[in-house]
Amino acid sequence: MSRREPGGTPARVQPAPDTGAEPVGPGGGDGGLRRALAALWRDPPAVAGTVVLLLLVVVGVAGSWLAPAGVNDVDVDRMLQPPSGEHPFGTDELGRDVLSRVLVAARVSLQVGLVSVGIALAVGVTVGLLAGYYRGWADAVLMRAMDVLFAFPVLLLAVAIVAVLGPGLLTAMVAIGVVYTPIFARVTRAGVLSVREQVFVRAAISIGASDLRIMRRHVLPNIAAPLIVQTSLSLAFAILSEAALSFLGLGVQPPAPAWGRMLYDGRGFVTDAWWLGFFPGAAIFLTVLAFNLVGDALRDVLDPRQLTVSEARRSTS
Amino acid sequence: MTREVLAIEELTVTLGTRRGAARAVAGVDWSVAAGQTFALVGESGSGKSMSVLAATGLAPRTARVTGRVRLLGEELTAVSPQRRRRLRGRHVGFVFQDPMTSLNPVLTVGRQVAEGCEEHLGMTRRQARDRAVELLDLVGIPSPAQRVDAYPHQFSGGMRQRAVIAMALACEPDLLIADEPTTALDVTTQAQIVELVADLQRRLGTAVVWITHDLGVVAGVADTVAVMYGGRIVEQGPVDAVFAAPGHPYTRALLAARPDPAHAGGDLPAIDGSPPNPLDLPAGCAFWPRCPVRGDARCADELPPLTEVAPGHRVRTFYPAREAR
Amino acid sequence: MTGGDATTGGVRPGATTPHQPTGAAVPGPPAGAAESVAELDDLRVWFPARGGPPVRAVDGVSLTVRRGETLGLVGESGSGKSTTGLALLRLVDPTGGTIRVAGEDVTGWSRRRLRALRRRVAMVFQDPQASLDPRLTVGASIAEPLIVHGLVDSAPARRRRVAELLDLVGLRAELAGRHPHELSGGQRQRVGIARALAGEPDLIVLDEPIASLDLSVQAQIMNLLRRLQRELTLTYLFIAHDLAAVEHMSDRVAVMYLGRIVETGTPAQLYREPAHPYTAALLSAIPVADPAVERHRRRIILGGDVPSPADPPSGCRFRTRCPQARPDCAEQDPVPVEVGPGHLAACRYVGEAVPAMRADPPVPRPAEPGPHPAGT
Repeated sequence: MSRREPGGTPARVQPAPDTGAEPVGPGGGDGGLRRALAALWRDPPAVAGTVVLLLLVVVGVAGSWLAPAGVNDVDVDRMLQPPSGEHPFGTDELGRDVLSRVLVAARVSLQVGLVSVGIALAVGVTVGLLAGYYRGWADAVLMRAMDVLFAFPVLLLAVAIVAVLGPGLLTAMVAIGVVYTPIFARVTRAGVLSVREQVFVRAAISIGASDLRIMRRHVLPNIAAPLIVQTSLSLAFAILSEAALSFLGLGVQPPAPAWGRMLYDGRGFVTDAWWLGFFPGAAIFLTVLAFNLVGDALRDVLDPRQLTVSEARRSTS
Repeated sequence: MTREVLAIEELTVTLGTRRGAARAVAGVDWSVAAGQTFALVGESGSGKSMSVLAATGLAPRTARVTGRVRLLGEELTAVSPQRRRRLRGRHVGFVFQDPMTSLNPVLTVGRQVAEGCEEHLGMTRRQARDRAVELLDLVGIPSPAQRVDAYPHQFSGGMRQRAVIAMALACEPDLLIADEPTTALDVTTQAQIVELVADLQRRLGTAVVWITHDLGVVAGVADTVAVMYGGRIVEQGPVDAVFAAPGHPYTRALLAARPDPAHAGGDLPAIDGSPPNPLDLPAGCAFWPRCPVRGDARCADELPPLTEVAPGHRVRTFYPAREAR
Repeated sequence: MTGGDATTGGVRPGATTPHQPTGAAVPGPPAGAAESVAELDDLRVWFPARGGPPVRAVDGVSLTVRRGETLGLVGESGSGKSTTGLALLRLVDPTGGTIRVAGEDVTGWSRRRLRALRRRVAMVFQDPQASLDPRLTVGASIAEPLIVHGLVDSAPARRRRVAELLDLVGLRAELAGRHPHELSGGQRQRVGIARALAGEPDLIVLDEPIASLDLSVQAQIMNLLRRLQRELTLTYLFIAHDLAAVEHMSDRVAVMYLGRIVETGTPAQLYREPAHPYTAALLSAIPVADPAVERHRRRIILGGDVPSPADPPSGCRFRTRCPQARPDCAEQDPVPVEVGPGHLAACRYVGEAVPAMRADPPVPRPAEPGPHPAGT
C-alpha cells in the first residue's frame, strides 16, 4: 500500500512457474509510435486538427492547381464582389479571386512555419541540450545569449533582423527562426536538467555509455513530449508571426499572396468588404487551432504510460 | 480498558481506475479498543491503508465505500460529512509514512502543531502555542520552546516524525492511526519512534491502528494483528497466537521468507510471483495462484470463510494446518 | 590486520593529521587467499556545500572485495555506504585516497578510460522503476552494455544474448519487447540484474537492491542473486540498511557510520559478538518477528540523530550517540582493533563498551493485559 496503490502497476496473477518468473500486465510493447498514433485517432479534437493539417499540406503542395483562378488575375470589372458561386470567397479591390489567393498563400504560411521552426528547433535543442547536460560555463554562456535574444519583444527582434537583411520571405523565415530559438533552448534545457537527475541516466553512465549516446538515447527521447508540443505551438505562432510581418509589410512582398498581407490589405474595407479580411483570417485561425489541438493531443499520447488521450485527461483531472 | 474506539464491519472499497473497477478492500471487519494496538500488515496493494483511510472518510474521491464504521459508538456512515469531519479532527490523529510531506514547509512546526488545538479545542493562539511547546516536549524534541518556531526543513527525519506525532496528539485523540510511520526512517530512529508511541499509549490510553509491512514491527507493537492480502483479511488474531501458530499459508510463507540472522545461508523459502492485481482478483482465494500449499479447485473457485482456529484467532483458508508441499 | 593490502588503521598514529584514515579496514586476504577484485584505500569523497564546510560523505574508508565473495556494506542514511559504492564505478569523484579495480589504480582515470572501468564494475540500483529508461524496451536496456562496449556486433546475436540474459534471471524471452511500466517490481529488478550481468563484470555493486520491493518478492531476488553468484562466480558489494538481509547475503560485513567503517567481520561474528557499540545498537534496533522475543529483549535505544557529515564530531564519530561514551572518546580517532580473526572494531573501549551496554538493566515493555480479539 505504501508504495503502490491499487490500480497502479497491474500484474495478472497466474500460477507461477518455479523459475520465479512473475506475471505480466496487459498490453504489448510493440511500436510505441504506432500505439501513440492509434491513441490519437480516438481523440476527436485531435482527429479534427489532424484533418485540417492534412488539408493544409495538400493545399500547400497543390494550391496553385486547386486555385480556380490565377492569383494575380486582375479583373477591374469585378472589384470587391461579395462571395458568390463564381467567387466563393469574393474578390478584392483589384478584382482578384480571394479563394485562389488564400489557397496559394497556404504554401507560404506552411513554408515559413516549417523552415523557421526547423531552424529554431535545430539550434535551440542543440543549445539547450549542451547547456543542460554539461552545466558550468557552457550553460552560463549559451543561456545568457539566449536570455539576450529572449529579452527582445518578438516582433521588434524580427523587425530588426528584417531591417538588416531586407524584407522578403527568406529573411522572414530566418527572423522568426531566431526569435523562437531561445524558447526551444529553454524548454530543452529545463527538460534535460530534470531528466539528467533521473536514476536511469546515472544507470546509463554506470554501464559506460558515452555522453553523446546518453543525450541521444536517454535524454532526448524523454524530453520529446514537451519538444513536440512546443514545436506544434511554435508552428502556430510562427505562422501568426509571418502574418504579422507581412501585415507590417516586412514579409512576403506583393503581389505574392500571403495571409497576413491579405489581412493587412483588407483592413481598409472591413465595413464594406468583410470577406477580404475574414477568409485569410479564418485560414490563420484554423491553422493555428489545428496545430494547437494536435500538439496538445501529442503531449498526452507520447507518454508510454498513457493509453489514450481521453484516459490521460481523465486521470489528470 | 476494553472500551471500543473504532469498529469496522463489512467494509468494502471499490476504486474507479482507468482500467476498470478495482476492489481494493472487500468485506473487512475489525475493531480496536482503548489502550490497544491493532496492527494491519500486508504488502503494497493489499488494501491495508485503503481500509483505514476509507473508514475515516479519507478515501480518494473515486472510491466507493460501503459497510459500517463506528467511532466511539457513533455510526460514521450515518452522520453528515461535516459531523464526520469534526469527529475525525477531534478524536483521530494521523501519522503518515513520510514526515516531510505531512508537514507544510512554509509554516513553523509550532503553528502546525497548534492548529488542531485552535480548531478543535477552541484555544486562543497564545494557549495553542503553549500547548504546542508542551506537545513537542512530550514527543521528546529537545529545547521545545525554541524548536516551536523552527521550520520543518530545520528538523531531521526522526524529529519531523516526532513533530507529526505531536500534531496527531494535539487534540488528545482517542485513536491514533499510524500508516507506515517508520518506513521512511532508519532502524535506530524507528526504534525511537516505536518506543515513543508505546510510551505515549501507556500514558494517554490511546487506541492505535498501526499499518505496516514489517512483521518485526508488528511483533513489537501489536496486541492484535490482521494480515491482509488482495483486499481481504486472511488471518486475524492475538499477536502471540498469529506469530506462534500462523494458520494461513500466506502468513506462514511471509514469516519464513524473512532472512533470519540466526540461520544464515541457504536459499530463502521465497513466495513465487507477485501480489495480485486488484483489477483482476481470482474468484476464490486471492493467494491461491502463489500458494505453496496449493489446495484444489475449491481454492480457485470458492472464497474460504474466516474460520476460528483458536479463541479470537481466525484464518481464511480451507487448509489451516496443511504444510507446504 | 591480517593482510598486506589493507593499509589503514593501527599502523598510523591517531588524530595528528586531519585526514588520517580511521575506522576498521576490511582485512585483506590472508596469504594465498583469493585475489582482490577491488580495493579502496583511505577513500574520501567530500561534496562541496554552499556556504559551509564540505559534506564528508565518505571520510577515510578502506576495504577490499575479494573475487567470488559478497561483501556487505551496511549503515543508515548518511553513513556514506551508497557513495562508497558509487566511487567504485567512479560515479562520484574521490577527494582523496585510491580506488583500485582488478589491480589497476583507477583513481585518476580519464573520462574515456572510465567507460571501460564501467564494464568491469556494474551496478544494480535500488529502485528498478527509476533506473530503467521508461522509453526503452526491456531488451534495449539489457542490450545497451553490449552495444556500448562493442561486445556483440550483430543485431540477431544481440537478441540471442538478451534472451539468454533474461533466461538467466528467470524471465521469459518475450519480455524483451515490453516496456518497464508493463512489468511488476520484481520483474523490473530482474531486468536491472540482467543488465548488470550483460558486460560480464568483475564486480557488481548492489545498491539496496531489495529495499523498494514487496516483502514476498525480496526473498525471490535474494535467492536469484545468490544463485547467479554460485553459477557465474560473481563478486558482489551488497549495500543495504537492512542488517538481516546483509547478513543473509554476505560472506563478510562492514558497518559504516558517518563516513567511516566502524566494524568488520563475518556475519556470525557481528551477529553473535558485535564489538562496536554502534553495531550492537543497530542489531538491537532491528525488530524481530516474534512477539515473545520483542517483549523481553533488551533494546539499546540511541539518543538523538546522526550528526551532520559536514561537521562530524571530533574523535570517535559515534560518541555523541554512544551510551558508553567517555570524555576521552572526543580526543582521538579510535583505531581499528582486531577482536577476532578478521574481526575489527574501531572503538577505544572495544572490550568494555558492548558488554556494559548489554549489562544495563533492560527496559521491557510491560506485559499487556490479555489479548483482545478484534471484531465481535
